[in-house]
Amino acid sequence: MIRRAWIPVLYIVFLMLPLYWLLMMSFKTNQEILSTFSLWPREFTLQNYITILSDSSWYSGYINSMIYVVMNTVISLSVALPAAYAFSRYRFLGDKHLFFWLLTNRMAPPAVFVLPFFQLYSAFGLIDTHIAVALAHCLFNVPLAVWILEGFMSSVPREIDETAYIDGYSFPRFFTKIFTPLIAPGIGVAAFFCFMFSWVELLIARTLTVTDAKPISAIMTRTVSASGLDWGVLAAAGMLTVIPGALVIYFVRNHIAKGFALGRV
Amino acid sequence: MKSWNNKAWFLVLPVLLLVAFSAIIPLMTVVNYSVQDSFGSNEFYWVGLEWFQEVLSSERFHNALMRNLLFSAIILLIEIPLGIAVALAMPRRGWGVSVCLVLMALPLLIPWNVVGTIWQVFARVDIGLLGYSLTQLGFDYNYTQDTLDAWITLIVMDVWHWTSLVVLLSYSGLVSIPPAYYQAARIDGASRWAVFRYIQLPKMRRVLVIAVLLRFMDSFMIYTEPFVVTGGGPGNATTFLSIDLVQMAIGQFDLGPAAAMSLIYFLIILLVSWVFYTVMTQQDADAESGRGHS
Repeated sequence: MIRRAWIPVLYIVFLMLPLYWLLMMSFKTNQEILSTFSLWPREFTLQNYITILSDSSWYSGYINSMIYVVMNTVISLSVALPAAYAFSRYRFLGDKHLFFWLLTNRMAPPAVFVLPFFQLYSAFGLIDTHIAVALAHCLFNVPLAVWILEGFMSSVPREIDETAYIDGYSFPRFFTKIFTPLIAPGIGVAAFFCFMFSWVELLIARTLTVTDAKPISAIMTRTVSASGLDWGVLAAAGMLTVIPGALVIYFVRNHIAKGFALGRV
Repeated sequence: MKSWNNKAWFLVLPVLLLVAFSAIIPLMTVVNYSVQDSFGSNEFYWVGLEWFQEVLSSERFHNALMRNLLFSAIILLIEIPLGIAVALAMPRRGWGVSVCLVLMALPLLIPWNVVGTIWQVFARVDIGLLGYSLTQLGFDYNYTQDTLDAWITLIVMDVWHWTSLVVLLSYSGLVSIPPAYYQAARIDGASRWAVFRYIQLPKMRRVLVIAVLLRFMDSFMIYTEPFVVTGGGPGNATTFLSIDLVQMAIGQFDLGPAAAMSLIYFLIILLVSWVFYTVMTQQDADAESGRGHS
């Protein structure tokens, strides 16, 4: 075991190097970044972070991103739960086709949908709202959530459902009181993936928003082109986008390995 | 055995409505554009399959498609074995597991354009750690001017970004193997390779199907990262299909050809994914039935 430990260690070092560089840059002044090459900030400064956190046109981006990501996760899970239950428990007309068709939506390149999305959401007057981005991201998150949850649900023995019905549970009561707690790790994993794919997506989010719902990642690109590359602020903004992800992983870390293994994912 | 019940359709209905809104209507719009041409603002007329012919016979499309296929092939060849190797060597219990999982999952949760920005900075010759070190070591490295360097940068970036997904999936497949299997293998005196080939690999097949499918689809659809890092350059060296498509649809507003290209692009992904899916699940089914007979 010890002999092979160098592989993950080396891999993690490889993963951390670019992040280390970003972190160090975010603590440097712009002048230092451009003039000297140093592994460590000589003049340690928090100015870059202060710039972002004190300017609402910057930090509102984080709030916007969080709002639509959470909305998307809630919507995706609430429609995917009953559907996944149907796929795992029943056979019905066209079920296999439907399942594969759902997956094909995960395969659609977002670039294909940019223009039609813009027109569709304009027609409904939804441009520049959080719900537009949340709905658009359902395109790839709902199929994924159904897929993951179906795997978890199939690992729960069918006898549990039958016993509950014999004991007089109605379907909604059974589903919320008994079934949902049983697949809690699965819901955690599905939520993790919905969060992840919605948080990292830029192309659609950028297209559907103008100012009021603009995600942080889009604000970053705009500022880069406008202010003549303020590397320090850019690095600090980048660093701040890493934090929510890190928090989410920390919370679901025990479920991930266990969860994947249980589910058919 | 699952019971036959068509009322289950009611449970699927919300998903269906939602996906209809976010997928079918936009897709119909694309189909609509792909068979029409427009003069000025809102006059459309029918052109049939002309756009499809134009796209399919254009040099530009062929080149972008070839670049995409090459990129996906390289990505799969590097990331899948590397991911399995890392997963095999990861600790199975103790504090090391949490540390590994949290650190490895980190790149997956960074917004894609930030990933691009990180690598753009990291690989810069003047202020980036990687670019600067390589130059100091005497390599003639410059990803903004040299085609090969640009490709290597993008590939290393994608490996950095996505290998962890393969690791996580493989790892979850590995921890689901009951210890009894390993004990049996030890009693039989199985070699390390035999354990991998006959116990670990078959048990990981399911998750590997997902890993290969996801990695193929996502590397084939890649847009944001190369757009940020190289912008499709130098020249057209890293202009992948999606970059070309967005340029065509939003930059030049050529709706017809862009729509036709979208559909062709989508169909290619669909076809390749379907082949992967069928082949890999078919093997799965064969393995299952083989076990049933013995």
